[in-house]
Amino acid sequence: MSTSHLTPADFQPLQGSVSGQQISRPSLSYWADAWRRLQDNPRAMASMGLIAFLLAFVSVGPYLWQVDPSVQDLDQIGIGPGADRSVTLAPPFQPWLPEQQSTILADNAMGLTLTMPATTQAVRLMWARADGERYRLYRNLFDPSDTGSFGLPLAELDRSYFEDRLDLQAGTYFYSLVMLDANGAETATAITQTVNVTRVISVAEAIERGLIKTEAEAQLGQELKLAWHPLGTDYLGRDMLARLMYGGQVSLFIGIFAPLAFVLLGVIYGSVAGFLGGATDQAMMRFADFVVALPFLLFMILFKVIFGIGPGESGIWPMLVAMIILLWPAPARLVRGQILQIREEGYVSASRLLGGTTSYVVGRHMLPNTLGVILVTMTFQVPSAIFTEAFLSFIGMGVAPPTPSWGAMCNEGIKSMLTRPHELMFPALLISITVLAFNLLGDGLRDALDARMRGTE
Amino acid sequence: MLKYFAKRIVLGLVTIWFIASATFFGMHAVPGDPLAGDKAMTAQIRANLEAKYGLDQPLGTQYLIYLGNIAQGDFGISFTQENRRVNDIIREHFPISATLGILAIVFAGLGGVLWGALTALYRNRWPDVVIMFLVILGISVPSFVVAAISQWSLVGLNLATGTAVLPIGGWGTVWHMLVPALVLGLSTMAYLTRLMRSSMLEVVSTDYIRTAKAKGLPATQIFSRHQLRNAILPVVTVLGPAIAGITTGGFVVEIVFAIPGLGRYFVQAIQQLDYTVIMGTTVFYGAFLVFMVILVDLVYGFIDPRVRVEK
Repeated sequence: MSTSHLTPADFQPLQGSVSGQQISRPSLSYWADAWRRLQDNPRAMASMGLIAFLLAFVSVGPYLWQVDPSVQDLDQIGIGPGADRSVTLAPPFQPWLPEQQSTILADNAMGLTLTMPATTQAVRLMWARADGERYRLYRNLFDPSDTGSFGLPLAELDRSYFEDRLDLQAGTYFYSLVMLDANGAETATAITQTVNVTRVISVAEAIERGLIKTEAEAQLGQELKLAWHPLGTDYLGRDMLARLMYGGQVSLFIGIFAPLAFVLLGVIYGSVAGFLGGATDQAMMRFADFVVALPFLLFMILFKVIFGIGPGESGIWPMLVAMIILLWPAPARLVRGQILQIREEGYVSASRLLGGTTSYVVGRHMLPNTLGVILVTMTFQVPSAIFTEAFLSFIGMGVAPPTPSWGAMCNEGIKSMLTRPHELMFPALLISITVLAFNLLGDGLRDALDARMRGTE
Repeated sequence: MLKYFAKRIVLGLVTIWFIASATFFGMHAVPGDPLAGDKAMTAQIRANLEAKYGLDQPLGTQYLIYLGNIAQGDFGISFTQENRRVNDIIREHFPISATLGILAIVFAGLGGVLWGALTALYRNRWPDVVIMFLVILGISVPSFVVAAISQWSLVGLNLATGTAVLPIGGWGTVWHMLVPALVLGLSTMAYLTRLMRSSMLEVVSTDYIRTAKAKGLPATQIFSRHQLRNAILPVVTVLGPAIAGITTGGFVVEIVFAIPGLGRYFVQAIQQLDYTVIMGTTVFYGAFLVFMVILVDLVYGFIDPRVRVEK
């Protein structure tokens, strides 16, 4: 029996050493609690990281990648990322004096021959010609036997040679020579020659581009590297990475500041209406209803036209102003509803009873209690503002060239989508990532700030 | 009920008046002059043209004439296309936009309800995860990119098969409408899917579903009779604003797919500063949207009797 081990001490009342009143964890404010909940949401945290990265990309990026977004690299127009940028040093361009006698024509149907290695300086073609024959020469980027089209007609000729110097880029071209009949119509006699054009540069040009320093160190046939464009260049030879950075500044500026401005305006308008109540509230909200009913994009475009864009202006400010004028009613309605609700709360009456002035009650109780809703609204407005900018720039009503913006870049890129998809894909990808990040952050914020909405989505 | 809608219609008319006035004074504040075109003209020709378009009248008179004409449904004559009436332009091109829009709404509505119901049914399992991922993608990718990519894939498809499986642009047959309407409805479909999912999940935890279960109804019947029908209500509410989104989104799709709709015409008119066409189209679209929203509310009243009682 173990009962014998009990001593009288065991029957002494315990000392109150542990206080039941003590709070074991620090008391969390609403915001600290929301922040803790947000941190538990991996998607929201990832999207915050993405947003931070995007902001760094457009703000710090231009300092790290110091390429002027408006400078054209005429040697590399519309090249994709990772394109070959080697260039061979060659003698400067010399005029061609074709002498058919000295050239041995190739052994094909029309004797179509490339007389010397094709370079970006010139492609020189020669063929066998009988008296009175006329030809049409075509050039295509794609194989005519695949696409069924000879491509770009270069010239109609009644001679036996042609020198092509038209906008040659390194790569493969398909030259097609078609014989014409007496009426100038095409006959079935045609031949296609595949030509691989190599990129060359003369010594003077290489020095001008800073590829070599002096003429002395130049060696013909030497291989040099042209300027590096990590994401390629656009249709005018401008560096895509630099343009994406500067374009992002415009897109994110509008995307963030427009919502900031019109939500602020809406908050002021809505809280005044909600606080004053009565006929003033009715009149103010009726006006807001009218503005809401305006077809948004139509009026966005109209305002852009009304404010006008002067020469040399980017058109960012008219867009910003138009957005503010048109978009404030939604947050205004929301805040008014919140204020009307909060106005009836006990703590507001208590504050008033204790002598709180109107401005104190509004500033100390009403606005902080609507801040969560306002913040969530603002986050969700960012994607739509970015979309609006992109949409307007896409239809040519947004920022004016040469100012880059992601939407404007998409607009330019879509024209050459089939041959150079990177010009469309990169800005489109960035828009999508930005919108995605803000949408996810908005979801996370809503879950974190508004307990009622949690888990319904 | 009737009184409520009479009030709504009167308010709608006031809204249209507001839109018309905002457009009128906006357009008259635009720097430049619709007649300051490419052709040099003598003072006499100019005076004649101004008289023809009523530009010689004071602004107040012009405004009254404009309002009077709109009240009679007359939007005037185009500035850039000689003697073409804005009414004719709208009559010719709006049906195309409307067809495209209706098709897109049908796609978006059916798709949204279907996918939303599916995600709610398979909550947190792979169909839900996959569909919700696609939904987020659909919300995040701008419509013109979707349009461009789909056109690109159409070109690829046609090249790969060697025949024109689907036309890559233009207008005419049902086949021309299919892809543009899908693209146009995509973001709305994504939005509706999200809405449908959350509304389905809300309905699942209601008392009447528990009652239905307790009564021993089979799951399929609970799903189709109780869950789906109640969850659809919020989707119907947002259809009004969705129609607005789809009509404006139509601009992009019409441009990319070369569809001769009113949206493309509007963008063109803006670029050419064709005042009467801009004003006419804006007022027309505005009126259309206002009445669409009223119509959707009316339909909603029939679907959900509770709304009728409350109003």
